[in-house]
Amino acid sequence: MGVRRRAGGFVLLVNPILCDGFGHCAELAPDLVHVDEWGYPVIVTEPVPLANLAALESARYAVRGCPRQALRIERVSDAH
Amino acid sequence: MIAPESLPRVLHGATGRPLTLAQHEEAFGPMPTATPSLDLLESSGLTGRGGAAFPTARKARLIGEQRGHNKFVVVNAMEGEPAAHKDRTLISANPHLVLDGAQYLARVVGARHVAVCVSRDDPIMVNHLQRAVHERDRHATRAVSFELHTPPWRYVAGEESALVHWLDDNESLPQYRPRRPHVLRIGHAPVLVDNAETCAHVGLIARYGADWFRRLGTPTSPGSTLVSVSGAVARPTVLEVPLGVPVRAILERAGADPDPQALLMGGYGGAWLDARHLDVAYANDALAPLGSSVGAGIIIVLPRSGCGLIETQRIARWMANESARQCGPCAFGLPAIADDLARLTVDTPGAGAAYDRLVDRCGAIEGRGACRHPDGVVRLVRSALQVFSAHVEDHVRGRACAASRSNHHYSAVPTLEREEELVWE
Ligand code: SF4
Ligand code: SF4
Repeated sequence: MGVRRRAGGFVLLVNPILCDGFGHCAELAPDLVHVDEWGYPVIVTEPVPLANLAALESARYAVRGCPRQALRIERVSDAH
Repeated sequence: MIAPESLPRVLHGATGRPLTLAQHEEAFGPMPTATPSLDLLESSGLTGRGGAAFPTARKARLIGEQRGHNKFVVVNAMEGEPAAHKDRTLISANPHLVLDGAQYLARVVGARHVAVCVSRDDPIMVNHLQRAVHERDRHATRAVSFELHTPPWRYVAGEESALVHWLDDNESLPQYRPRRPHVLRIGHAPVLVDNAETCAHVGLIARYGADWFRRLGTPTSPGSTLVSVSGAVARPTVLEVPLGVPVRAILERAGADPDPQALLMGGYGGAWLDARHLDVAYANDALAPLGSSVGAGIIIVLPRSGCGLIETQRIARWMANESARQCGPCAFGLPAIADDLARLTVDTPGAGAAYDRLVDRCGAIEGRGACRHPDGVVRLVRSALQVFSAHVEDHVRGRACAASRSNHHYSAVPTLEREEELVWE
């Protein structure tokens, strides 16, 4: 019981075929995503710990806000 | 039976015309009727000859474990690399050996259909395969059916997910595969994709066994392989060599320039190899520390009189044009890289800036496409900057070499097609 320990991490993944490169995700999750010179997202590749709630929340914003539904959060268990 | 240590193996009995089924069975003996086994493939240590060198048995096991009765085996004879001629040579010699192997793989994984894919832009190959498939059908009481498919010729059309996409939906566009290994499907049916040469080796292993196969090559890279040698050679040739022979020996057999400047190994998405390393063994584990690989069995010889940067630039330009333009980093990044290279090679004041931008852009687009097409170009460009580093400096300082002003080139890059003329379906 009690607070479940949030082990592991997550990465934000983009499907480059779906992505249209308008860069909404970079505004919604500025800590995780920045855009390259053509406007396509460059995403942090190292797993972010799940305990970093602010980052997780912004990643969720980005996933929900992506007009092409090109983003996905994937859990990585072997972080730490 | 072919003696274990003799070559050629997959090109055995080549007469200049494809062997008919009767001639083929006379040359190689009949296929064994015993139940095919995955263990045989496993102990042979055969790896895919299409470029990725993935163990064939592991791939077959993955598809064999999938459920469904309606599986496919796809024979990939697309040969998207302009410098590769091996599948063409193989199919103009022993098409039935390829089909034997495909049939064996189909029985291993429990597939009912074999789809043989060859580009429609090569009517002679289509003809050879049509005849071979037809011949099989006439003799057939076999549980496996063969069909021939002819996608358009594009560099990425031979990428396995693009090929399966074409079979599934008539578009030669790669698919996004975030998790590997990934099971490709036609409809719901799992698909095993193997290169034509890989299938031919399977056809031999099925007949003569794994030990026979391992008598050539090294313990980690067993068997023989086909190599397409072009560039500064008397005549572009396809040779069958054991894996692990010194690269120098391959060049000698091909009648290549004995003192080249560098070699492009593996194809247009491969890497340059400095001629200092000519005595390295032709096998992936020996080439990997040098940043190179066997790839699709391509060697382009660049003589001392050539300019590696110009060749790289021409290849990069063509590769950029062959992008399927699905992913931003590939569709915009590759032309940008080709532009930077072009600016670097002509003596303009911007060459130094172009160099820095090029390095940045290579880092920026790596790994960000749905398929490995952009990564291949990045690899090529990085290896060029490294192997020809002294030469790059000359270009940056505005002392462009004589070779870069001549019109003689060593990589036979096809002419660029206009974007609206590219056929994908
Ligand atoms: S919001 Fe979605 S479609 Fe837009 S740039 Fe980001 S990933 Fe691409
Ligand atoms: S990376 Fe390039 S070639 Fe590959 S799918 Fe994307 S756009 Fe097409």
